[in-house]
Amino acid sequence: MKQPQRPNFWQRDLVEGKDLRELTTLNLGPTHPATHGIFQNVLTLDGEIILDTEQTIGYIHRAFEKIAERRPFYQIPTLTDRMNYCSAPINNMGWHMTMEKLCGIELPKRAQYMRVVVMELARIADHIICNTIIGQDAGATTPFLYVYQWREKIYDIYEEICGARLTTNMGRIGGWQRDWNPLVWERIGGILKGLPPVLKEFEKMLVRNRIFMDRTVNCGPLSGERALAYGFTGPNLRACGVDYDVRVADAYSSYEEFDFVIPVGQSGDTYDRFMVRQQEMWESLSIIRQALDKLDAMTDKTSIHADVPDWMLPPKEEVYSAMEPLIWHFKIVMGETDVPAGEIYHCVEGGNGELGFYLVSDGGRTPFRLHLRRPCFIYYQAFPEMIKGSMLSDAILTMSSMNVIAGELDA
Amino acid sequence: MMITATFLLVLFVVTLTVAAYSTYGERKVAAFLQDRIGPNRAGPFGLLQPLADGAKMFMKEDFVPATANRKLFFMGPAIAMITALLTGVVIPWGGTLTIGEHTFDLQGTDPEIGILYVFAMVSIGVYGIMLGGWASNNKFALLGAIRAASQMVSYELAMGLSIVGLVMMTGTLSLSGIVEYQAAHGWGIIQQPLGFLIFIVCAFAECNRAPFDMPECETELVGGYHTEFSSMKLGFYLFAEYINMFMSSAVIATLYFGGYHVPGLASLGLDPNLVTIIGVAAMFAKTFFFIFFFMWVRWSIPRFRFDQLMNLGWKRLIPLAILNIVVTGGLYYIINGF
Repeated sequence: MKQPQRPNFWQRDLVEGKDLRELTTLNLGPTHPATHGIFQNVLTLDGEIILDTEQTIGYIHRAFEKIAERRPFYQIPTLTDRMNYCSAPINNMGWHMTMEKLCGIELPKRAQYMRVVVMELARIADHIICNTIIGQDAGATTPFLYVYQWREKIYDIYEEICGARLTTNMGRIGGWQRDWNPLVWERIGGILKGLPPVLKEFEKMLVRNRIFMDRTVNCGPLSGERALAYGFTGPNLRACGVDYDVRVADAYSSYEEFDFVIPVGQSGDTYDRFMVRQQEMWESLSIIRQALDKLDAMTDKTSIHADVPDWMLPPKEEVYSAMEPLIWHFKIVMGETDVPAGEIYHCVEGGNGELGFYLVSDGGRTPFRLHLRRPCFIYYQAFPEMIKGSMLSDAILTMSSMNVIAGELDA
Repeated sequence: MMITATFLLVLFVVTLTVAAYSTYGERKVAAFLQDRIGPNRAGPFGLLQPLADGAKMFMKEDFVPATANRKLFFMGPAIAMITALLTGVVIPWGGTLTIGEHTFDLQGTDPEIGILYVFAMVSIGVYGIMLGGWASNNKFALLGAIRAASQMVSYELAMGLSIVGLVMMTGTLSLSGIVEYQAAHGWGIIQQPLGFLIFIVCAFAECNRAPFDMPECETELVGGYHTEFSSMKLGFYLFAEYINMFMSSAVIATLYFGGYHVPGLASLGLDPNLVTIIGVAAMFAKTFFFIFFFMWVRWSIPRFRFDQLMNLGWKRLIPLAILNIVVTGGLYYIINGF
């Protein structure tokens, strides 16, 4: 890899045929309003044209992979929460599914559909954040604050399901910790009814807005070929015209039973990324509707968990009144559940792209090795190529449209 | 002498009050557009919010970066504030009031070149931003200052050209003369629709308001030219922006919406003083509408990229303004002869 160059006032090297002393170095980050997290871009600017970018990451590296090696399987979801905190439930579900794959647990259909509902809600929340932030970085604050309240309503649903809003630690290995109460279903209905008009308003404000189009069309483009070479996945890859979606390519949690469209873009610029995310929100709403229909049509109205007592906590009344359940509860929480040895990879379509868990288990109480495939980490590599030769304002929009979340980037 | 001094004092207080309450208005308008509540803690309906903000600004540490040029660092906000306040002197806020034997002119002074004076003050205002951004020795501030300077210089051209048509028709550069012409011949917006459009776009750029808030666009340049400023120096910059907005709205109302003129009021045969007072109220109503319009636009659309902004200024607005001059001249010749 080419060593990035920085202007050095004693050095007369040329960058792009220009004397380094004519150029400016600008620190975009680590704390900058546009990075939306902590990472640094050292830009070499000629006026406002970006010639070179040097990236520094690791400001919030918390060594999740290493921490996971010292943690019982049961306690790892809390780490996944803190990766892409905009769509924490997808990360949680991804980890649960990885464990279920390792242990060979098959979930009842009802629990699977419930997972689909919650994952699609999380995807909507994630895309709301990304798309409104694109607007915000382009200078349109109103869509950001106006649409954002719907993210809060989705968080209300999370809160009712698991008690937390941002870092959810939702669900358990083998299903759900408890059934959803009626308020959850009511609030999901509220989202299905209330969000579409707001999304329409949002699209009316930006999609054909002349200034917004001028700003985003051809801003930070990437060809499908280059995107694949970098290892792009998710909305950012689809914006480049490659129709890869884990939900279809390697269906999990009964996604194969759902009918939805994978939107793709053409040029892989900011506008395409925006539009792909926008369309995905509509598709997610449709998936949630289908899942609710399927749940309604089911005769089974209670099962939330596979029949795996090894992973399912006993009811709290028994824990507090009887000896055996108390011990059982303790053993699960402290991670004293036996897990088969094996090596697996499981991936889910996260809010940002393919979120993969590569897990090596030696049959012990903790993972032998866990690798997290974090899409943001992969996207961020392409950032210098995407913004080279563009203006400072384009770089900011490119960054926000790739939805680089510092928590996931550094893990 | 005393009368002029009193009038100027009143004007000063009114300007500052309107600017202060524009900040409150801005937050309320933004809240309204964004489905929020807005400030509602300080006083009833949050009406004391501007005072609370001002008090906060004064209490903050007045920080000057070690590498900044201290003199220019002080001059920046001072120039911005002073020039912003000076504009209001030539704007005709109303007709004449007659109390007893005294006649009060509701205009600070009426120079023959009133409109040029406004332009001159606005141009000097750029120095405030430029010096402030340059003196703080910060790259973000410098970029903001450069953007501000080039933006305001190029939009001033289009702005100046856009009113030439109006000046050709009215035959005067005096603002009160322009208002009187409009009272007699119909408002400027009807006579100069294209000129009005160009003027209002340029007014947005001159005030550094969205979608032309390039110099301080917070998502790219942190704070733009005022990144390094704190305490009341920052307050002056922000305040100057609101005063500029107030003055721009007043100039728009004066040039294109008849100023203090209310159509059909003169024929009612009311007391002249009452007519004047209604005129002042009308002038303020028009001004406040444009202040609202400024806010409405700011909270509705994204901002331009810097090169797009320059393209718009040089390749669209200036040719359009020249076209406006030619068309106005041609029509004037056809209708009136020489």
